Parts: sequence; C-alpha cells; structure tokens
Amino acid sequence: MNVEKGKSNLTNVLVVGVGGQGVIMVSKVLALICQSNGFQVKQSEVHGMAKRGGGVFSHVRFGPEVWSPTIPKGEADILLALEWAEGLRWINYLKRDGGLFIADTQKIFPPFAARNRNRGADVGYSPETPREILELVGDGYALDATSMANELGNLRAANTVLLGVLSMGLDFEPQEWLDVIEQLVPANSIEINRLAFQQGRDWFAEMQNIPTADRHTAPEIKPNEIVQSVHGRVKLEIVEDWCKGCDICVKMCPERCLRLNGEMIAELSKPDACTGCRVCEWLCPDYAIKVGMLPALEVVS
Amino acid sequence: MNINMKNEQAQLAAKLPETKPLSGNEAFAQGAWEAGVKVAAAYPGTPSTEILETVAKYPEEDIYAQWSTNEKVSLDVATGASFAGVRSLCVMKHVGVNVASDALMSLTYIGVNAGLVLIVCDDPGIHSSQNEQDTRIMCQFAMIPALEPSDAQEALEFTRLAFDLSEQFDTPVIVRSTTRLSHTRSPVSLGDRVEVESRGFVENPNKNVMIPSNARTQHPKLLEREKGLREYFETSELTRWEKGDAKVGIITMGTPYTYVKEVMGDASILKLAGSYPLPENKIREFAASVDRLFIVEELEPVVETQVKAMGIAVEGKKFFSRLGEFSPELIRAGFAEAGIIDKATIQKDWNVSQTIRPPVLCSGCPHTSSYMALRAINARVAGDIGCYTLATVEPLQSIDTVVSMGSSIANAIGMAKAGGDTKPIVATIGDSTFYHSGVPPLIDAVYNDADITVILLDNHVTGMTGGQDHPGTGLTLRGKKTHRVDYEDVIRAIGVKWVKKVDSYDMAAMYQTFREAIDFKGVSVVISDRPCVLDPLKIKGPSLEVRSKNCTACQVCMNLGCPAISWSDEWYDGHHKVKIDPQSCMGCTLCAQICPSDCIQAV
Ligand SMILES: Cc1ncc(C[n+]2csc(CCOP(=O)(O)OP(=O)(O)O)c2C)c(N)n1
Ligand code: SF4
Ligand code: SF4
Repeated sequence: MNVEKGKSNLTNVLVVGVGGQGVIMVSKVLALICQSNGFQVKQSEVHGMAKRGGGVFSHVRFGPEVWSPTIPKGEADILLALEWAEGLRWINYLKRDGGLFIADTQKIFPPFAARNRNRGADVGYSPETPREILELVGDGYALDATSMANELGNLRAANTVLLGVLSMGLDFEPQEWLDVIEQLVPANSIEINRLAFQQGRDWFAEMQNIPTADRHTAPEIKPNEIVQSVHGRVKLEIVEDWCKGCDICVKMCPERCLRLNGEMIAELSKPDACTGCRVCEWLCPDYAIKVGMLPALEVVS
Repeated sequence: MNINMKNEQAQLAAKLPETKPLSGNEAFAQGAWEAGVKVAAAYPGTPSTEILETVAKYPEEDIYAQWSTNEKVSLDVATGASFAGVRSLCVMKHVGVNVASDALMSLTYIGVNAGLVLIVCDDPGIHSSQNEQDTRIMCQFAMIPALEPSDAQEALEFTRLAFDLSEQFDTPVIVRSTTRLSHTRSPVSLGDRVEVESRGFVENPNKNVMIPSNARTQHPKLLEREKGLREYFETSELTRWEKGDAKVGIITMGTPYTYVKEVMGDASILKLAGSYPLPENKIREFAASVDRLFIVEELEPVVETQVKAMGIAVEGKKFFSRLGEFSPELIRAGFAEAGIIDKATIQKDWNVSQTIRPPVLCSGCPHTSSYMALRAINARVAGDIGCYTLATVEPLQSIDTVVSMGSSIANAIGMAKAGGDTKPIVATIGDSTFYHSGVPPLIDAVYNDADITVILLDNHVTGMTGGQDHPGTGLTLRGKKTHRVDYEDVIRAIGVKWVKKVDSYDMAAMYQTFREAIDFKGVSVVISDRPCVLDPLKIKGPSLEVRSKNCTACQVCMNLGCPAISWSDEWYDGHHKVKIDPQSCMGCTLCAQICPSDCIQAV
C-alpha cells in the first residue's frame, strides 16, 4: 500500500516562539499568501497558555489538498523560530533532507530557569550555539532580527525581517508578501516594515552562498559560560537567645530555607537550599543570624 | 531551497469555490447563525470560548448572545429559549458538561420545541484543562446524538444540520469538537441565514414537566428516538463509505479522519457522522467487505465497544492509544505496529537540549502578592481554577490542592472540620469562578460556621480564558453596560461578618489583612482588588529598574516569579545581580516593595 500518496505536493511550515512574540501573526501572513495563490491551507495552533509566557507553535500546511492539520514529526520543510530555544525544542520536526531552519537568535529566558541561585549554577537555557545547530541541520540561517529591526528604528518590525528571510525560502513574489503585511501592520509603520522585509531578503541573499555553519549574525558565546566561582559551603549560625521570633528572616529568605520552630525561634530547615546570600543576617533586627562560608570541599574527580 | 509550486496553482484556482479561511470555532458560529439561531448562551472555557465571541459579532437583531454564570445556567437558558419556540445554542468545554449534566439528563427526556444544539469542545492532550474526559461517553449516557465534524467546513455544516435533526427527532443534539478542530483555520464556503419562524410556547406539561409519571412515559420514547436516528444515519450522507483497498477497512470520524486520510489514503474508509447512535447495518456491510477492520478514534473506545458488542471482530485501541491527542505520526506508528504498513524507519532524534518553559503569571499580575503573602504565612491553601492556579509551582508554590471550578471553598470547609492541621485554612478563588460556583459553598461555610479564610482574587475579568466579562464586570458579552453584581454586597448578604477589600499592589497591607482575617474565628473574606494587567486592556505603568550598585544579589525579588526580572551579567559575591526588562515590566512595584536593599526604583 502506498502510504506516501498525496503527500508530496504539500508544503509544511512550522512557526514557533514564545507567547506574545507574534507567532500567530507570522503564520497568518503566510496562510493568507498561500490562500490568495489558490492553495488549500490549514493553519493550526493551540491557544490557552500562550499568553502566560509558555511556548507557542503554529503549523501551516498548504498544497492542492491538505488533510491533517498538524505537520508530522520530521516533515517540516521550513522551521521558523522567533526565539532560539523554541527553535531547538522543535528541531526534530524538521525534514532531514532539505529541511530549512530559520531562527532568531534572541533568547528569552524562562523566569523559572533562573531559580537555581547556587554559585555557578546552570542558567537552565539551551547552551547550543548557532554554529553548532547550523552544522547539525545542514541548511539553515540564524539571525539577530531584533537588532536589525532596532537599527531600522522599530523593534516590532523584527518579525517582518524574519518574514523577509522566510520569503526567500518560498516561491511567492515579494510584492505579494508586502501586500499582505501592509494590510496587517499599523498604517504609520508600513514604510519601516517594507524596509525590514527587504533587509531580511538582502541578508539571506548575502548569506546564501557561504557555508551553512557561518550563516549567522550572533556572537559566539555560550549563554552559560559563566565564571565558575569557588563553590563554598554556607554555615548559618543562629543565636537562639537573641531571636524573638519576629519572622522577618523567614519571610524574606529568597530560598525560603528558614522557619520558626515550636519555640518560635528561627531555624535553618533546608540547609542544602541556602545560598549564603546574607539577607537574613542584614535584616535581623537583633543581629541573631550570622552567615559564614566554609572552604570548598575537595572536588572528587 | 525553493519549493516548486507555481505549476499547480493555475489549475487549482479554477477549481476552488469562493471560500473564506475560518477557524473551527468561527465555523461553528457561522453554522449556528445560518441555522437561524435566536438565543445563544455559554460560559467561557478553552478551547470553546471563541464560538460565542464570534456569535456576538453577528447582528443583534439576528441573535441574542450572553455569557452565563456557569454551564448549567447556560444550558437552562438555551432550554428556556427552545421552550419559548426559537432555535437556541449552548456552548461549553468538556468539563462544563459535568456542571450542566443535571439539566442535560432531564432535558434529554423532555426533548425540544425549537431546535437546541449543544457544542462541546474536548481537549485531548490536555492543552489547557484539568482532564481529558471524552464527551462522547456523555452523549451515549444521555442518549443524545453526537455529531463529530472533522474540519471547519464540516463544523459549519454539521452545526446547521444539527438543528434540523434536533427538531425532526425531538432531541437536543451535541456537536463535539476538539482543541485541534476548534483552533485550526481552513477554507470554508459560507451559506445564507435561514430565518426560522418562532413556534411559540407549546403548552404540554406531560412532556415539559419531569415528574415521575411523565418521566416514565418519556423514557421509552428515547429508545424509539435512538432507533429512528440509527435508521437516519444508515442512509444519511454524513455516513460516508470511501471505497478503497479491500484489504484494510477503517472506521473513523472527527479529526482522526484527517490523519487517516493523510496516512492511509488508499484504504477503505467508513466515515461516521458521530459515535452515537451507530448505523449498524452499514457497519456490518462495511466490515464484511474488508479483510481486516480497524477503528481509529481519539480518547475512549466508544465506537469500538459498540461494534464489538455487535459481534464484529475489530481492532482499535490495541494500536491507537486511549491517551492524549492523535497525530499523523501516531496513526502511522499504529498501522505499522499492526503490520499494515512498513515500520517507518525511525529517525534518531537530534540530541538537542530542551529549555523548560512553563507558563507563568504575567509581569505585574495582581494575583502575585496574594500567594507571596500566603507562602510567608505558611497557610494550607485550597486552590481553584484560573490563572492563579499557576501559583502552584515555584517560586510562589503556595497552593496545596486544586480539584474543579468552585471546589476551593468547600474543600477548605472540609479541611477545617477535619481539624488537626496546625496551618491556617485558606481558600483562594477567582472572581469569575466565585460567581460560577463559589457562592453556594460560601453559604455553606457561613451556615456551618467554618473557621476559614477566603481570598477572593478580583482581577475584574475572566483572565485564563482570554478576558471575558462576567457578572462582576458590569459589561455584557456584546460589551454593553449592565448591572454589576457587587462582591461585597453579595458576601455580606450571605452573612459573612468579616469582609475587607485590599489593594493587591500593597504588599504590606495584603500581608497584614490576611493575618487579621486568619485570626478571625469563623468565615472571613478578603477581596484582593486590582484589574488584570492584560485583559481587557493592557495596563502598563512606568517600568522600574535595578540600581545595580546596591543590589546584593539576594534575589528576593525573584520569589515573585515575575517574568520581567532575570539575572544580569553583573555579580555580587558569586551570585548574579538582577535586571528588569523595561519592555515587559508593568510597574506594579511589588518587587520594589520587597527588595531589602532598596535598589529597585523608578527609571
Ligand atoms: C467547569 C469548567 N468550566 C470552565 C473552565 C475553563 N476555565 C478555566 S479557568 C476559568 C476562568 C477563571 O477566571 P477567574 O476565576 O476570574 O480567574 P482568572 O483566570 O481571572 O485569574 C475558566 C472559565 C473550567 N476549567 N472548568
Ligand atoms: S492574564 Fe491577568 S490574571 Fe492572568 S496571569 Fe496575566 S495579569 Fe494575571
Ligand atoms: S514592578 Fe517589578 S514585579 Fe512588577 S512588573 Fe515590574 S519587574 Fe515585575
């Protein structure tokens, strides 16, 4: 039985990013162009948590006949990421042979990821560099569209820069893209969006003929290559006689590792969580807490 | 890489009829409007919310549309309109049916006067819900026909047809959607509205009053109705036999149909209108015509169980999971597992790291301070459903339980009556949820003199579902001014003696008020009062900045979980100092209030 039948004429574009970035808008532009070119189009996304800073994705599929609203894993012709780590999250949806990867190198750090406050702790953000990813995917582009838009004088045109890059990977006329974009952006920003779109196209054209691994504008620093400080151990001393149970340290400890015991005296309930930030020491009205550092344990290799 | 497509365009353009791209939800609304619906009612809930929002865009002379306080109320409103002789629509998400089920179970005995259609949106994969229950089981249970469209065009057509079926068979009809269908946009060809004359109220107490003697005479009619609908679906165009390779036959319906077409386009397919009642003869005939029979249905084996009960050998859930949302790749894997198609050469995934990005409360969210205070107080918190449920995880991490909408207050009563907890017992509930199902338990708390504190999180809107109005906002679904049902008035009228309203952006006042409320013996209510910063209007004040010279990297501010605050590249004693993203800071000043070194200030 021929499973693959009817699928070959389909084009799959997956647009991903973080809530609030305009993923839906970008995919809408594409869907409108496909529609006006007489293709059947399905555009599928899931709303709900999008506004709360979670990841957002939109599948756009077009061709003579489209069945499934979602793109099967490994079959996206183009993956367009508005945010770097979201691009990596969906990377396995990209077609292995001939899939095109386009990503903004902008990094939006999840607030939760920054929670481990121990010295030298990992920031919790994908460490891969654009070069590494471009080498992996074979055909791709990584650009700092935000800075490019900023130079043009409007941060919000970043998505239009990306649309310019995307337009180079598809066969529609530039004017068709501009017509749709103009319908959707505020009247006073049409000119800047026109420039941004052209900027994206020019950048793609410039990069097109150099090796994939070099097609990026982002600096080559790993985001969590941070200075490792000597990992000391914290020692917290609480002078029980001086503590009057006012609760201030318990409330203000960023790691919430203090509590009041049965006698209403402060105690360290989660020693492992204490980072030695000294807030309790400074805030205690009775000078009952002292934070000290023990030398780092020997590293066992 | 350029994708070549131009050559096909010309041929295509000639073939396609005049269409408009609509999401499934917009198509449902269009279908209802075309069917001549006069009254529509709903309570919001993802993924169903946009249906009534779209209905409200049609002219007021055509359709009256309202948000109801909860799903049961919305169904009763629609039922009333049907009694009164006009076609009516009710919309809810899957769990809404649980709330409305008491009314639904009686309504099915009564039937309809003018057509009544209930659109229910399921959420396979639990994108934004508390469970993934399958409404189709409800349909069978209530003996209400279920129509299951597979794309936006069918969403429109099935909805329109559902009203005719409702009147023809004297039954409410459920049209069942899923998140995927509701939120996929595809081309739809539109029709005109038919104006349906009101039938007027038909006095018929034997049918319309469910007392035991009437219910006893109505029940057998349900069996006849089932039989009639079965016959209808035998010959209906909605039951579609797509002849193909006779080696494999697939029975399917709804969104899974599109995956089957993509993966198994050559097989014989029997596409059903829905899962209940089944066209049994057609199924027998289909089964006999193929070598191996499969059923592809999302979630529960509703059709599979019925077909098996008919004594037909069929395979389904053995290869296609009962859990989560389907996708073409899952269907392909299932048929490969069954030995029908070649096992797709499974590509090894690129090993690329994944950044964890959970949803969080917005910068400046007025709910933040309540949970900051509750965590400091170390309370036992019975939570509820809304944006504030996000305070269950770090860093606010201060909610102990969440069951269903409106459960918080009564859960707290139970905890208090059980005794033995050393922590103060607190319930937190959103403003929309309070009117949805929080009022009866509050009355219960007063009546039974429970020693609990209720924090009413009044952000002046239904936030989680995207900013809908409700009785506490003073605006209708169409944005018109109406009576505002005042919280304090209601709460005092119920008999709560200790009620205080406090500004959610005043951290110290919040903390102090919570402690006072907890000290009060009996029911106390604190109204935490500030509008949502996102809906219905974005409220952005001047943003704050970190004067990093004084920042001691204690990161107390990060306990708020505000997404505008992150690590900076500066260090203090081995720790990252923090910075504020001016673009996303809303200027709520909570971080400045809790910063011990006073380094967060106005720009
Ligand atoms: C029975 C039921 N109906 C609807 C929903 C969908 N839903 C989840 S949260 C929510 C609204 C919450 O609004 P509110 O209580 O005001 O809190 P907010 O999100 O504004 O913080 C709704 C309607 C649901 N989960 N369960
Ligand atoms: S939408 Fe409103 S209520 Fe919901 S998290 Fe954002 S600010 Fe808070
Ligand atoms: S003032 Fe502080 S807590 Fe409030 S939104 Fe701005 S950064 Fe976040």
